[in-house]
Amino acid sequence: MSTVADPQPSQPVELDAPGSAPMVQAKVGWRGPIVYGVVSLISLVVFGLLTPGSDRTRFMVSSSRDLVDIAPFAVPSRLTAVLVSVLALGLTAWITRETLARRKVAVWVPVLFGFLVLVAFLVWVMAGNDNALPLTVLLTGALTLSVPLIFGSLAGLLCERSGIINIAIEGQLLAGAFLAVVVASLTGNPYTGLIAAPIAGAIVGLGLVLFAVRYRVDQIIVGVVLNVLVIGVTNYLFSTVLTQNPQSFNSPPRLPTLPIPFLSQIPVVGPVLFNHSLVVYLMYVAVAVLQVMVFRSRWGLRMRAVGEHPKAADTVGIPVNLTRIKNTVLGGAVAGLGGAALVAAGLAFTKELTAGRGYIALAAMILGRWSPKGALAAALLFGFADSLRQVLGNLGSPVPSQFLAMLPYLATIFAVAGLVGRVRAPAAEGIPYVK
Amino acid sequence: MTDTLVAPSATPKHEDERRGVLQQMLDSSWLLIVTAVVLALVASSVLVAAADQDVQKTATYLFARPSDFFAALWESVYAAYSTLFRGAIFDYQATGLRRVRPITETMTASVPLIFAGLGLAVGFRSGLFNIGAQGQVLVGAAAATYVGIAFDAPAGVHVALACLAGIAAGAAWAGIAGILKARTGANEVIVTIMLNSIAFQLISYLLTTSLLRQGGTRPISPAVADTAQLPLLAGASFRLHAGFLLALLAAVGVWWLLERSTLGFRFRAVGANQRAARTAGIRVNLVFVLVMLVAGGLAGLGGAAQILGTDKQLQASSAGSIGFDAITVALLGRSTPLGTVLAALLFGALRAGSPLMQSSAGTPIDIVQVIQASIVLLIAAPPLVRRFSALHWVAGIAGSTKKKEAHA
Repeated sequence: MSTVADPQPSQPVELDAPGSAPMVQAKVGWRGPIVYGVVSLISLVVFGLLTPGSDRTRFMVSSSRDLVDIAPFAVPSRLTAVLVSVLALGLTAWITRETLARRKVAVWVPVLFGFLVLVAFLVWVMAGNDNALPLTVLLTGALTLSVPLIFGSLAGLLCERSGIINIAIEGQLLAGAFLAVVVASLTGNPYTGLIAAPIAGAIVGLGLVLFAVRYRVDQIIVGVVLNVLVIGVTNYLFSTVLTQNPQSFNSPPRLPTLPIPFLSQIPVVGPVLFNHSLVVYLMYVAVAVLQVMVFRSRWGLRMRAVGEHPKAADTVGIPVNLTRIKNTVLGGAVAGLGGAALVAAGLAFTKELTAGRGYIALAAMILGRWSPKGALAAALLFGFADSLRQVLGNLGSPVPSQFLAMLPYLATIFAVAGLVGRVRAPAAEGIPYVK
Repeated sequence: MTDTLVAPSATPKHEDERRGVLQQMLDSSWLLIVTAVVLALVASSVLVAAADQDVQKTATYLFARPSDFFAALWESVYAAYSTLFRGAIFDYQATGLRRVRPITETMTASVPLIFAGLGLAVGFRSGLFNIGAQGQVLVGAAAATYVGIAFDAPAGVHVALACLAGIAAGAAWAGIAGILKARTGANEVIVTIMLNSIAFQLISYLLTTSLLRQGGTRPISPAVADTAQLPLLAGASFRLHAGFLLALLAAVGVWWLLERSTLGFRFRAVGANQRAARTAGIRVNLVFVLVMLVAGGLAGLGGAAQILGTDKQLQASSAGSIGFDAITVALLGRSTPLGTVLAALLFGALRAGSPLMQSSAGTPIDIVQVIQASIVLLIAAPPLVRRFSALHWVAGIAGSTKKKEAHA
């Protein structure tokens, strides 16, 4: 991806807000190199130099059904971590040079930087551990755990691009998960749950847009309150109907895994990407379709116009509120699908099953700057951190599990404050449109 | 993300003239709130009845003997709400002092809600949507607990120190979001949501270390020293503690801050229109930080009062759902101090009454969340309340006929 040709003109671009003084620009420019520098120094000292030199870190990559078998391998911990950290420092130096020249840093730079620091961290955290780090398991878990987040952030994006703030992602996920469990249990067919979940999410979306457009209530308020309402209703139904008769209401079958022939047998990539249930493949399709549709189709252009400048959109004949209603209901349905993904493994419903994932999805959407591929990347980051916590929890690590659990949240704060800075939301977001 | 929090009146001006005098009277906010509460209770009773097994049974022969169905319906709803009332306001089936115990429980339960709700109200009025009360309550509770178990001090001083520690911790925690917002423009909604989760993990971790843990395997702190506990207000048989008075004082303080002080004027100016405030020479970024400090301090004090007055021991779940309930409290109270106190009392009543409702009437506690959410949704949309309330409906007909007469 190049820095020059930005294919999406409406993508929020940093620092082009009218009226920001040059002094502010200079300060913002320096923040990046400082953050990168500090992080890579920490990586060098803590992950690299402080690791005992004799330790080795073991990795395991293959799974049983691969075409080619790759044996588990080990690397010297300190050397690897130092090397990778030095590379990160080098990247920092390059970023500093680019910043001094007032050039914008390309998207792949923070990604590469994050990857380097992550490798250093993994090498450090598994140093001297007799168990090998199962990379395939780690990455598969990351993808599976991020699927609900991805659907959630796509839902948020669909709503916010058309000017409706969707804080109710949490409620939409939860409603989707609830109905998916109940319907799949009643019918005994997991695919019926997959059909029912979007309906539940869409109903929550309809509630949101009813209050936001018809009654012009503040959208953040409606979102927060709808979350409470859905949590209350599902908790209540769980404590009554579902616990009275768990056999028929709360024992959903597992969504079957559909390995894609040949592709699923490629080492590492195969099991991680192509050996999943239908809902994961639906996620691939949703991200790809939305990435094209939002930025390259008439539908997407109209949606963004309504979200950025509803009056202008109305002037050229785009029905503003109708667009918002359609998008919010569609968004709710997408989030409902995320709820189905949450319970795709045949999980029984429990109280507050989503556990704040809707809010994480919201963060992923903002971190991904309101674009489907950005949301995908950010959600994968959160999913990876979650997966890492689970894997390391089983293998044992020097870091308490609570700190690993904090990682995605800390990363979000760092990203929102340090690297992303002033992200620009759709301009008309949260403002009811009155002719 | 939002500039103002109060929803614009959804009724265009010209409709106002069309409606009758009676109906305009019914639009007064008090009646609206009462109607919304009643409507929310009615709406929730649908759930109560639907989950009742007698109702389900009689519904199967509804058309054969409808009276059975409606009797069971009434029975289930009445049982739920009467026990809720007995648990929250006045227990007419008990004897002696126990009869008034429920109302003191309500007041006790409302204490952290008042504090946290006030904090959020200050934020809302200043245009900051702080979802972080949960984390601020938790770190405030933890700091107060630490002072309560780790130090020795005379009675009055110790409790004051513990409360101050709670304020400081909550303010610092919220201050992170304020400073990040001011310095980097980081969206406070995201940062405070993240800080909630981080606070939960941090306190969970601290409860496994010697800093806060009791000694056993359970992640729970020892009870705070007697000297650090908030004094009881109504004798040993009631749990009502001085935190309630502190909360009322805090409400007065917030009223003074927002309505009478220069600082509060700046807060509100930023909330009303950031650009105008900046043009008028108000340092908006400084206001962001100050607002978050005040909000966090209040929420932290709420957490401290919960531990020092009610729970005595800290767990990772000590904050319960206080922080999120406080959001609805502040919204229901329309971000005014008096409104917040009253809303906190209402939600405190729901919290205090629900255990008895669950044990005697078999209605799960979770219905309280449904009631709370329905109330706030209805309050937020006055036209919706008007549409569903019979009183308003009658008034609407009366108004329109009068109008026709006038035309004729």
